[in-house]
Amino acid sequence: MSNPLADMDKPTVIFCIGTNMTEAHPVAATRLKKAIANGAKLIVADPRRIGLADISDLYLPIRVGSDAALLLGMAHVIQREGLVNDVFMADRTTEGETFLEHVKQFTPEWAEGITGVPAADIEQAALWYAQAERGAIYYTLGITEHICGVDNVQSLCNLALMTGNIGREGTGINPMRGQNNIQGAGDMGALPNNYPGFQPVTDPKNQEKFEKAWGIKVDLEKGITKVTALDSCGDAIRAMIIDGENTVVTDPNRDHCEKALKSLDLLVVIDIFLTDTAKMADVVFPAAAWGEVDGTQTNTERRVQRLRKAIDPPGEAKPDWQILQMLAQRMGFQGFEHESAKDIFNEVCSLSPTYYGLDWDRIEHGEYQWPVPEKNHPGTPRLHEDGFINGRGIFKLINYRDPAEVIDDDYPVWLTTGRRLQAYHTRTQTGRSAGIDYLLPEEVLEVHPDDAAKWGLVDGEWAELASRRGKVEIKVRTTNRSPKGTVFASFSFADVPINALTGSGYDPVTQTAELKVCAVRVKPCKKGVL
Amino acid sequence: MIMTAAEAQTHCMTLDGVEVQFVEGETIYDVARRYHKDIPTLCYDERLEPFGGCRMCVVQVEGMRSPVASCTMPAAPDMVVQTQTHEIDSHRKTLLELLISENREVDVDPLRGYASQELATLVDAYDARTGRFEGGQSGATRDDDDNPFILRDYDLCISCYRCVRVCAEHEGDYAISIMNRGFATQITTEFNGLLKDSSCTFCGQCVQTCPTGALGDKKAMRHTDTPGEIEKTRTICPYCGVGCAVDLMTKGETIVGLQPAMDGPANEGALCVKGQFAYDFIQHPDRLKAPMVRGDDGELHETDWDTALDRAADGLKRVLEQHGRHSVYGVASGRAPCEAAYSMQKFIRAGFGTNYIDNCSRA
Ligand code: SF4
Ligand code: SF4
Ligand code: FES
Repeated sequence: MSNPLADMDKPTVIFCIGTNMTEAHPVAATRLKKAIANGAKLIVADPRRIGLADISDLYLPIRVGSDAALLLGMAHVIQREGLVNDVFMADRTTEGETFLEHVKQFTPEWAEGITGVPAADIEQAALWYAQAERGAIYYTLGITEHICGVDNVQSLCNLALMTGNIGREGTGINPMRGQNNIQGAGDMGALPNNYPGFQPVTDPKNQEKFEKAWGIKVDLEKGITKVTALDSCGDAIRAMIIDGENTVVTDPNRDHCEKALKSLDLLVVIDIFLTDTAKMADVVFPAAAWGEVDGTQTNTERRVQRLRKAIDPPGEAKPDWQILQMLAQRMGFQGFEHESAKDIFNEVCSLSPTYYGLDWDRIEHGEYQWPVPEKNHPGTPRLHEDGFINGRGIFKLINYRDPAEVIDDDYPVWLTTGRRLQAYHTRTQTGRSAGIDYLLPEEVLEVHPDDAAKWGLVDGEWAELASRRGKVEIKVRTTNRSPKGTVFASFSFADVPINALTGSGYDPVTQTAELKVCAVRVKPCKKGVL
Repeated sequence: MIMTAAEAQTHCMTLDGVEVQFVEGETIYDVARRYHKDIPTLCYDERLEPFGGCRMCVVQVEGMRSPVASCTMPAAPDMVVQTQTHEIDSHRKTLLELLISENREVDVDPLRGYASQELATLVDAYDARTGRFEGGQSGATRDDDDNPFILRDYDLCISCYRCVRVCAEHEGDYAISIMNRGFATQITTEFNGLLKDSSCTFCGQCVQTCPTGALGDKKAMRHTDTPGEIEKTRTICPYCGVGCAVDLMTKGETIVGLQPAMDGPANEGALCVKGQFAYDFIQHPDRLKAPMVRGDDGELHETDWDTALDRAADGLKRVLEQHGRHSVYGVASGRAPCEAAYSMQKFIRAGFGTNYIDNCSRA
């Protein structure tokens, strides 16, 4: 997030797109509700009539995967109506003129044709956002889990840059990170292109720096992404070590994923439960869980906070870092002589420019948001206040692209996936916490009542859902939250492996899977037919 | 513009005989708290709009005939305030005597909720267990609500409305409301039904703000009889990226409950159902307790660390030898602490000299 969570009650116009915040980030949503109570206007763009839509001033029911078209249409209106923030564009951005020329072709009427949202509503959204004293954008995986995820994010940046809604209190471009420490994992350099602190591996200076620190020269070329690695399993990739990820359930195209892992010479999994992925491993190491280890975790607003140990891990389970250290020692690797999480964190700080001013003791109370480039630096709750890291904000010319898979006669229904309030990921944790079943006993397919009638489905009865990649049986729930022609389910329940269906395509840049869109057909069935 | 404290006007007033400064917009209670005055409250929750319902926080203001509720009264220039006089003390004591005359119990287990000891603590501080009044009782317990999280023991309710207000103002959920008045007052849902049929999200905020334990954390209360003192460990919720601060409660080596950290920088006391109630997975019997390796029979078998580590290291070395360093790939967790992710990428980079590392954010 460019702005802190504390800013969430300060915008005058809030634009939420592709975020089911009341379910996926409930506590953040409570802050937005305060902004609304203070008079802020809320614009919500989402294919489903989610909880946020109920409290919005303007709801834009876009067709799944049509986000870029909506955003281009909005940029067109802002340009046409002369609402561009010229001063901001002149002072802080580049390529603006080409961009303003580029968006002239994308009228709201054109966008209506693709998104299904009335042109007048697109105009209204653009006017509100552009005229806002403080306009803030919030988004999550609804924007990124598409083949055009990068384009979508870039389109949001374009909107913020052309209106100057960035670098100030109550504005910004704010992706909400899904997992507790997904921000931290990136910060730590668990990426094929960056060392810790987002230092590119392709820069010889960084290579030198880490050679000095670790005593080994690391490739100057980027590594491959997990998606590519899975594609090359059994071929170029022969061994994998996976920590705390239930890959076969969370990743798209389960069948492909299982085959990939099976073809390895060696699979090592570190986890707290014997997940479906761990079951395929040659070696499984038992990890100490949350509540059983000391460590750090970085949240969606870049706040570095301490995790503390309250009880001992069960049996012989050990902290992940210790497991990896023991394995490294057996391999004869150098630099794995840490005594504690504190040791490791302090090593991170010494090597990462974003954490450089931090150390274990300084983060005791969690008041720092990175970057903290030097000791005594107060941290950076708000990014881009005095300028962009690379000098100027660059406009990118985006064009709309159809999703990798579009509906046709064989698969005439859109399926989109997401999260539910009471379940977390594959329920390895929430499913094992007492009482949660009372609120969410099973997965359901959300279907518009008219569609249900048309397709012969009955609320509470079963349906067979099939895509080009697989089939699942799932209970039907009729609801007006689903638009006509689009059905919804989450991937939380093992007995309804929704990701057997997904996985039609990937973003070419980030290789994020298009989990939000796939084409399916739905028909009634009796439980147990598959 | 959003006004910051520095831009607001400062004025002077007299507090317990000492001249103090305040900024416009502060209540007497706000000022007194800054100067470490110990004014008792019951219907006050600093995250909520002042309500002024219980009158425990009364103070004497010069020129006003009766004591005023400090939590709602704005501080004014040249005001002269006494926070503790004999008259005020006896007023507070009487209030407490009246309040507990309505209640079946005053002393409740601290596992019921974060604020559950507030009433009992005040009753003791003001020595109010006199039984001077015999009251009718307001609020009837809802034993029929069998949800696994929130006990609705309204026999203990003192109608402070903190639960209703936290739900509306802090959560924006408006799941509960107030029905009837006086002794017939009842906290209820829209159709006077079960919480699960209302717009309740089971965030547990009502439980944590209730000053009497009328609302209780049912999950934690299962451990009322577990022996040992309650210990609290400050940590961060293990679910989403908001990073809510929590206090994990243990008795010995048993997790008994969890409460929000009211001063958590990301959440300021708020939590959702996952953070509040889905903490006990770590003590589930399914937890892996020993390393496992795949045997000749194709099954996974438990073994000791040495065997498992050797097996993994030998396997990695063999692959390295036969297929080169670009045949090994590491996937770090977005769930585990930073130290785990750092160790994984260092394992790959410093160990194999490649950038064949990623985390699970792409899925
Ligand atoms: S249930 Fe608790 S918080 Fe709610 S009104 Fe009664 S005493 Fe106050
Ligand atoms: S309590 Fe809820 S909102 Fe807060 S970090 Fe946990 S899952 Fe996210
Ligand atoms: S605390 Fe002030 S009236 Fe209740």
